[in-house]
Amino acid sequence: MESCLAGNTNPGDRPKPETPVMSAAEPGALLEGQGLELWRGERRLFTGVGFELRAGELLHVVGPNGCGKTSLLRVLCGLTLPETGEVLWRGKKLLRNRADFHASTCYLGHRESLKADLTAEENLVFQLGLRVSLTAADVDTALERVGLTKQRAVPARSLSAGQKRRVSLARALASRARLWVLDEPYTNLDVHGRELVDQMMSEHLERDGLVLLVAHQAHGVGAGVTRRLELG
Amino acid sequence: MEWPGLGTAFWLQLTRDLRLAYRHIGQAANPLMFFVMVTTLFPLALSPAPELLMAIAPGVIWVSALLASLLAAESLFRQDIEDGTMEQLALSPQPLSLLLLAKTASHWLMTGLPLVLMAPVVGHALFLPAEAVPATMLALLLATPVLSLAGAVMAALTVGLRRGGGLLSLLILPIVMPVLIFGARATDLSMQGLEVSGVMYLLTAVLLLAVSLAPAGMAVAMRISLD
Repeated sequence: MESCLAGNTNPGDRPKPETPVMSAAEPGALLEGQGLELWRGERRLFTGVGFELRAGELLHVVGPNGCGKTSLLRVLCGLTLPETGEVLWRGKKLLRNRADFHASTCYLGHRESLKADLTAEENLVFQLGLRVSLTAADVDTALERVGLTKQRAVPARSLSAGQKRRVSLARALASRARLWVLDEPYTNLDVHGRELVDQMMSEHLERDGLVLLVAHQAHGVGAGVTRRLELG
Repeated sequence: MEWPGLGTAFWLQLTRDLRLAYRHIGQAANPLMFFVMVTTLFPLALSPAPELLMAIAPGVIWVSALLASLLAAESLFRQDIEDGTMEQLALSPQPLSLLLLAKTASHWLMTGLPLVLMAPVVGHALFLPAEAVPATMLALLLATPVLSLAGAVMAALTVGLRRGGGLLSLLILPIVMPVLIFGARATDLSMQGLEVSGVMYLLTAVLLLAVSLAPAGMAVAMRISLD
């Protein structure tokens, strides 16, 4: 299970000149991985993974099934500790800087993290309430954007898989997080939903946000800089 | 980055869990049902002689309360792990220990507090003298949070295992032994009309120890389980 790193930047994906990629206060990489290695039991998932991600950049992690893409995201979020290597956020080690990092991060895993007995709105209000002081209008706007205004009072157990995914997207929208960590965000979504994800990511990158994306299919994000990381 | 304060986070977590428990009231009432059933089965199975029942009352009440809490501990974090919401708690800027403490507090309100309130009824069935009821209730009020907190630490440790139920009981029992001993002693002493303040102080000390140490233990155990 050797893995290689390809942090090449496509010159065609440069952002439009009027959108500043980097503000003067934040030079260099915001999120940085250095020499990451992870073992699961007797198997080495990846080794020597490193990258740098600046404001307005997207890291697209690709690789075959079971090569450790989700595990890499969990390492970058601080859920899993790597065997070796460091993850740095704003130049500080993640474990020293956990609260600030987690306040700036929104993680959409492949499970939806919804309470089946709570409504879509209640789920959002609770999960976001832990991280931002938000108003009812913020939740409304986010639900409207993902097209769930009518289903806001429906318990999550009665939502379809695609609608649940849309609730998660609404969470990312309203979270005001700088870094979006998206694990297969296109799953279960229809064509419009997939376009919505692309649009959301483009807007987020234009606002100087960062995106970590695991997806098998190519994305249609025009804004910002796309870097590719190949595992496996 | 700014994020809401600790009080807000605690309150959000507490009310969310209470709301969830309320929507599944049958499941939340399980430990109480168990407590009432076991304690009322004794008078039926043994002879209904008041002297005999009075003699075993402290033991029966306290063992049932302990087992009811054990029964409840298993389900404390399982649902949250399965639907992925625990990951989101671990990824929030709030201290995980605080959120898990709030979860445990709501769990105690749903499973521990009812035992305390039910104690007079159960005591009546076991011919517990009326003068022993207040002391028993106070002792249960001090002891059941300790049972919930100890259960929460062990549940956080074993929740990553597929069948952690048996292991969980094995881990909790030795830790909660002092609570069982002091608690049953409080009931016993008050039945004989003796001074119970010493036992109550000991139970309070155990409670304070548990409240101050358990949240940190839960958070560490939970991060290991999530890894």
